[in-house]
Amino acid sequence: MSNVEPSTVLFEGADWNFETIRRVHDAIEDVAVGEFGLNVYPNQIEIITAEQMLDAYSSIGMPLFYKHWSFGKHFAQQESYYRKGLMGLAYEIVINSSPCISYIMEENSATMQALVIAHAAFGHNHFFKNNYLFKQWTDAEGILAYLEFAKGYVARCEERYGQAAVERLLDAAHALMSHGVHRHPRKRRPDLLSEERREAERRRHQEQVYNDLWRTVPGSERRVRDRVNDEIRRALLELPQENILYFLEKAAPRLKPWQREILRIVRHIAQYFYPQKQTKVMNEGCATYCHHRIMTALHERGQITDGAFLEFLQSHTNVIRQPEFDDQHFGGINPYALGFAMMSDIDRICIDPTEEDHSWFPEIAGNGDTWGTLKQVWANYRDESFVSQFLSPRLIREWRMFHLMDDAEEPELLVSAIHDDRGYRRIRRMLAQQYDVAWLDPDIEVVDVDLEGDRRLIMHHKLLKQAFLREEDARRVLQHIADLWGYEVVLREIDPTSDTVLKEHTSEARPVFF
Amino acid sequence: MHIVDRRLNPGGKSLANRQRFLRRAKALVQRAVRDSTKERDIKGLDQGGEISIPIDGVREPTFRRDGETGSKDYVLPGNKRFVEGDTIERPSGGRGGRGSEGSPDGGGEDDFRFVLSREEFIDLFLDDLELPDLAKKRVTTLDSEQWRRAGYMVAGSPANLALKRTMQNSLSRRIALRRPRLDDIEELRARIQELEESGADDVELAWLRDKLVALDSKSRRVPYIDPIDLRFRRFERYPKPIAQAVMFCLMDVSGSMTEHMKDLAKRFFMLLHLFLARRYRHVEVVFIRHTHEAKEVDEETFFHGTETGGTLVSSAFEEMRRVVTERFSPQDWNIYAAQVSDGDNSSTDAARTERLVVEEILPAVQYFAYLEVGSDEGPRRAGFVAQKSELWRTYEGLRSGGAQIAMRRASHRREIYPVFRDLFQRREKAEEPNP
Repeated sequence: MSNVEPSTVLFEGADWNFETIRRVHDAIEDVAVGEFGLNVYPNQIEIITAEQMLDAYSSIGMPLFYKHWSFGKHFAQQESYYRKGLMGLAYEIVINSSPCISYIMEENSATMQALVIAHAAFGHNHFFKNNYLFKQWTDAEGILAYLEFAKGYVARCEERYGQAAVERLLDAAHALMSHGVHRHPRKRRPDLLSEERREAERRRHQEQVYNDLWRTVPGSERRVRDRVNDEIRRALLELPQENILYFLEKAAPRLKPWQREILRIVRHIAQYFYPQKQTKVMNEGCATYCHHRIMTALHERGQITDGAFLEFLQSHTNVIRQPEFDDQHFGGINPYALGFAMMSDIDRICIDPTEEDHSWFPEIAGNGDTWGTLKQVWANYRDESFVSQFLSPRLIREWRMFHLMDDAEEPELLVSAIHDDRGYRRIRRMLAQQYDVAWLDPDIEVVDVDLEGDRRLIMHHKLLKQAFLREEDARRVLQHIADLWGYEVVLREIDPTSDTVLKEHTSEARPVFF
Repeated sequence: MHIVDRRLNPGGKSLANRQRFLRRAKALVQRAVRDSTKERDIKGLDQGGEISIPIDGVREPTFRRDGETGSKDYVLPGNKRFVEGDTIERPSGGRGGRGSEGSPDGGGEDDFRFVLSREEFIDLFLDDLELPDLAKKRVTTLDSEQWRRAGYMVAGSPANLALKRTMQNSLSRRIALRRPRLDDIEELRARIQELEESGADDVELAWLRDKLVALDSKSRRVPYIDPIDLRFRRFERYPKPIAQAVMFCLMDVSGSMTEHMKDLAKRFFMLLHLFLARRYRHVEVVFIRHTHEAKEVDEETFFHGTETGGTLVSSAFEEMRRVVTERFSPQDWNIYAAQVSDGDNSSTDAARTERLVVEEILPAVQYFAYLEVGSDEGPRRAGFVAQKSELWRTYEGLRSGGAQIAMRRASHRREIYPVFRDLFQRREKAEEPNP
């Protein structure tokens, strides 16, 4: 690091107060923004207790949220884990909003608070503000106001239509949350702030044009419309449609306006979280890499003591620990570890490349600009593309990665690639695939419905690698869809290569919502 | 940058969600509570605790792939000896090996465990007994409170004016400030008038007149009753006198008592303990079980021990009398006795039982309840006339003779509560219809 300036120590010992927090934040800001050039939303740091942390856990990390029994269930579960000591709590939770809110626990020591601020308030914050997925899909300025509106709206609906009715609707909507996102960018950027206004306007409009007289006008013979051809009909309904919640909100024939609005709320929230799902490795890697560099810089400037730096290193190593596959603690690849390792590796490639790096990464090898390169990466990639682009042979060797094929037809598992010249690309492709959203969520779409006819909703699940849906869950979710749709629903599991239907589930609507 | 201290925000933000969850899972939670009461001892009802319910009832389904089908790829770290083309035996604990990336749900937990607070637990327990709400409130509110006199205070409502104390204060103040007594002034006036009439001794007259003026003005300056004299009666709330109570649980454990009957008995005793624990700060429990002979035992043996033999109810009362004389003098203890039996008694024992109850037991106890448990959980058959048991006939005879015995038959847990109605009705002499 360059300009090492004489500077006083920010804190001694484990105790802290608000003055310490402010000093630490300012010092970190000086490093992160001044030296490394991170680009962040303004910060808001909130200090909370363990109970409040559990609260935040159970309502998917959001500070204010509508009420639903499932959050109570999660709270009860987390609480009992926590009480038994089975689970430690996270040191922080950070919200993708502007200002960027970081919750930090009161139990943390001063060093931990510094670590957490560097990690969340600068690392995650930079990622939220700059990554293209977050720019495309989330509206950091609007989210808090929107949640406030959502909470109030749900509460008003409960007052008006009864808790039970709203609860059933939310149950159904939550079941479809993972299939309530647009996977391809829309024309407009999301604008959550105008959502509330839009809802009010629509209601006002309805009230204005309402005229009871229409009801009394004798009806003319209903024109039998020509059967529009199938193509046009599907186009009008925007079929096929993979966003099931969106389709139901727009096209379900019998839903009432408030029910559509609640589906819309759940859909918006699902969409808000969609980028986080696709950027776990990058997001955590970015935050971990940033906190590591920031804390190291603070130590070099003499702003934190050797003891504090050792304490930091200990928690840092815990965070980036990657057990091997045969370790009893192995629980998949640790996104912190992979992200941090890959980003440190990029740093190495930029500064001190080998022959191999030059041939694998000609654009960045030896360019000497770690921060510039990383910022490019953070802005323009998601996990899948990041891994498939930047996982280096050296890291594959270091981690001794291997690819295992598990074919249901075969009696044994096959090791199809290891860390050698023939294996690098295959391992990289397969690891990238693990982070592909298309691989994570089953591919289900609404393909057809005849609104003039029997109104039977037809959905397809395109099998990936012959994996069917889990039977019991599929039946329950399908029941929810049928209830919302109001008519029969059929879900066909089809083999995409031959288009043959391998399995079919059907569900009849129950009189739940109407 | 802003720092916000959220620690002072009101806690329990998730309470509403928790209540919704409990309501949602009510049937399941209730069954869990019912099961867990079987394992608890009678005094343990007052604590909350962990219960577990099957996860199935509170499942949140989503579309996901079935891990049992299809082919999968894993990239794993930490290769030690594999080379390309090796095959590995499928791990026995399910397909795909440990911690596969392909199953993000974390696998199948069968049970959902969480902790209920004390209030929630009692509430569910009472709900399960189908207690009327009013009674529930009575049971769950802790100490009953009363007002009692507690000295005086300087402010209060006129109705609480403590006249005597106020006048005392007034008097002492008047004495201390030497307020002239009305009699002295009257006397002085009379004297002046006398002198005026006699027309003699102007000097004394002038002196007396000055003195009268001084006294008058002083009595105006020092009022007869001043606001600072006012005293009001003060009252304070206090928990009702709480003494100690002992609860005798008597149970027939002869072979004819089934597990179902014992379960009813346990609930009955638990409920009684709950009532008593509300009213008395200290409640002892004595367990006496009997066949043809009675013995004081601990709770574990009481409910779970096995014993064979005939049935002599009087033996239990003998034992109870012994314990009372030895340890619980009726002057110091409120004694409650509750007996559960299937109604069998040897016919030769009836007279002896009757004598013991009337002469020894009833005079000593506050309350004597008899619960006769039936074997059948189903509804009684139409036209079925319950045959009165030996013991029932005995007690019925006593009751018609004016003895205070609460009696019930119960073959289902919902029938237990009415036994306590007597207790709440402050033992009015209302004749209760037999069930």
